[in-house]
Amino acid sequence: MLRYLASRLGQSLLLLLIVSFIGFAVLNLAPGGPLSQFALSPGMTQEQIDKIASQMGLDRPLPVQYLDWFSHLVVGDWGTSYRDGQPVLHVIGSHLFATLLLMGTATVISVSLGSTIGIFSALKRGSTFDYTMTVLAMIALSIPTFWFGLIAIYVFSLSLGWLPAGNMYTVGDGSVLDYLRHLIMPAVVLALVDVAIWSRYMRTSTLNVINQDFVRTARAKGLTRRRVLLKHVVGNSLVPMITLAGLQLPMVLGGALVTETVFTWPGMGRLFLDSLGYSDYPVVMGLLMASALLVLIGNLAADLIVALIDPRIRLD
Amino acid sequence: MTDKKKTGHLNRRSALTLMGAAGLIGPSMIGRDRAFAANADATGQLVLAFSQEPTVFNPLMPHIEVDEGVYYAVFDTLFDFDPDGEFFPILAAEVPTVANGGISEDGLSWTLKLKEGVTWHDGTPFTAEDVKFSLELTMDPDFRSFRSTGYKFMRNITVVSDTELTWEMSEPFAPMAAILASTYIIPKHAFEGVEDKNSAPFNNAPIGTGPFKFKNRMAGDHIELEANADYHMDGPFLKTLIIKYVPDLNVMYTQFKSGDIDVIGLQYITPDHLAEAETLAGKVVTVAGTATFESIGLNMTRPQFQDLAVRKALYAALDKTSIIDALYYGVPTPTETYMPQQSYYYNDSLPKHEFDLEKAKALLDEAGWVPGSDGIREKDGVRLEFSNSTTAGNHLREQAQQFIQQTFAEIGVKMEIKNFPPAVMWGDYWMNSEFDSVVVGLNTLAGADPDTSDYFMSTMSPTLGGAGQNTFAYQNPKVDELLVKGASSFVPEERKAIYEEMQAVIREDLPFLPVFQYAVIKGWKDDVTGPAPNVNNRIDTWNVRDWKRG
Repeated sequence: MLRYLASRLGQSLLLLLIVSFIGFAVLNLAPGGPLSQFALSPGMTQEQIDKIASQMGLDRPLPVQYLDWFSHLVVGDWGTSYRDGQPVLHVIGSHLFATLLLMGTATVISVSLGSTIGIFSALKRGSTFDYTMTVLAMIALSIPTFWFGLIAIYVFSLSLGWLPAGNMYTVGDGSVLDYLRHLIMPAVVLALVDVAIWSRYMRTSTLNVINQDFVRTARAKGLTRRRVLLKHVVGNSLVPMITLAGLQLPMVLGGALVTETVFTWPGMGRLFLDSLGYSDYPVVMGLLMASALLVLIGNLAADLIVALIDPRIRLD
Repeated sequence: MTDKKKTGHLNRRSALTLMGAAGLIGPSMIGRDRAFAANADATGQLVLAFSQEPTVFNPLMPHIEVDEGVYYAVFDTLFDFDPDGEFFPILAAEVPTVANGGISEDGLSWTLKLKEGVTWHDGTPFTAEDVKFSLELTMDPDFRSFRSTGYKFMRNITVVSDTELTWEMSEPFAPMAAILASTYIIPKHAFEGVEDKNSAPFNNAPIGTGPFKFKNRMAGDHIELEANADYHMDGPFLKTLIIKYVPDLNVMYTQFKSGDIDVIGLQYITPDHLAEAETLAGKVVTVAGTATFESIGLNMTRPQFQDLAVRKALYAALDKTSIIDALYYGVPTPTETYMPQQSYYYNDSLPKHEFDLEKAKALLDEAGWVPGSDGIREKDGVRLEFSNSTTAGNHLREQAQQFIQQTFAEIGVKMEIKNFPPAVMWGDYWMNSEFDSVVVGLNTLAGADPDTSDYFMSTMSPTLGGAGQNTFAYQNPKVDELLVKGASSFVPEERKAIYEEMQAVIREDLPFLPVFQYAVIKGWKDDVTGPAPNVNNRIDTWNVRDWKRG
């Protein structure tokens, strides 16, 4: 187990190094750069832009800039944003709450609702319920989030006036109820697609388990349907879902660009796009490294948990 | 949404007429000469939305337009321009001119008198030392300064008293007043003991003398500002001002409709929404001209463009009306010059453009450009074939290009469209004049001053060894002469004549083919008063001290 962990960690570090190298190279080799946005400012001269570039160290050779950035990173200094001069970790941290709130709520809705629908669809395979859910899932998967979000705003904000048209809270209010009112629409819009995905996976997984020998044995030895379902079926069909959840972790923190844009939610997805747009390299690199780290952690955690609860799997 | 009361919205034509009128009533409306008033009665909250996020809070550091939306609320300049292009004092007791002795006859010695009794948001008194500090920081070689234009001539800034300072200029430079009008004054005491001024704590916790105090910022979402009860001018009349970041223009318009946004700011209402916006209940919607003009810029070093007949023919083959009406919903105004039509310096007697393909052909025939075997005209081995570039993804411009391509083809000119993403387009490709021709929106003025040396002076072309923005590589000795003359004159009437002549010369010479002057569609709730178009400033909040509700 320890040897397995050590080798996984070693691989992960190597992978992070490669990610950082490629990310840095691609970002910096792309034309433009953080100062190009000032090129059309009234009164700005090329001379002045060159001076600022030199003050910011942007005129040094790329390998030197990379080593400088990397040597700071390993001692925990993620750099400062070109846009607002704040430390990168602070910038990321300031978007974390909004992202966790939205993605967390959406994930809770999608996992609980999706799993339940999936299990019942499997149990009542071929029923009207199963067919209805299958069709609904297909529809949900094919609707573009942007369109769905705007329709939701049109119906619930503009026409009915029940919910705010966006934003995380009303400035000056910010009570729990206020947050909730703002949260409902984006969370549901975001969860919708995931409910569809989770229900499809859960349905397949449950069907697999139901047809296994141990389920038939349990039924044969006289356990009630309910007991077989809760004790034997659900637990076992959730095992593959753990891996799926592991893959979901980086997404929870990565934010949802489209939903955040439609509902003006100040999350991580917007931060990434804005930072990219302004060539705010330190923040983009920070987000890249953080998400790479989360992918690795999510996968590792999923593998470890599966190994812990599934005795058939040994990590060596 | 229930209130169906029809409001005094404007259609685009009457809006433009009104803008002219706004120039006349503006000064009295904005109360610039009203007496010092108590403003503890500031009430209400106003949400102003921008489609870009303000992130730079030190106004002397490199920033973009949207950042100035916050500066006008938090900071003050020494003086500013009203919609008429007239100066009015803010931190200065009076605007220095040759007439009042603030500027010497030769333009080399300046004396600035400041208001008394002004305090910073933290209670510290504002003095001439703060002005000296701000001007010197702008010139500090170790500081990432937003600008050097004008400041490179400034010498010997001397504090005479708490409310008076003087400086010398190494050259008479008339645009300096306009540059000062967009230089926000920051507090010296906030930088005491700060080693690296590029990363001072102040940069994220700004202290100003402006009508609003910086309360807090939620990154990626909004900035909350609160009324400065000790403000030294009339106002503010709002208790809270929220500057909200809404990244998508469709979403921004939706939130304006739903009432979540009170005033729709920078990037505004898109032209395709204008017809609907004008019918919204409870909203005021108005079209306002900006200082940016759209043109087809020509790279004057290319052999195709050396012949004036070619430039004139291309201009005659440009179907402006169709572009403006069909693509831009008739919102912008056709123009013949780089100077905004609301400006005091605008020359309104320039020859009017006429779309005339026959005339274009005749011009080329006369100049000896004959069609080759493929129909493309040529002369002395030079084919009338060139590329045209702009920002990829700017759909309106891309459609305009196709339009232009067609009419040019009809006169035997081949224009190839070659667009790039913004970072490539406006990087070296633009700065070093690597293009043949471009479609570009430019504001060539430094603030409200009519000087455009950076763009039209022959020594300002990077590709010809200069250091400015003359990316068209335009060289005309007459224009150079007029620019020098205009920049060293301090008398507005004299300058008006100089710059009107220059507009005529450039209109005749056509280094760029002027298409239209941009206009934007602004909107606010009908209980809001104060927002007023001002072509002399870069952003809506220039008079936010006067905004009120109810």
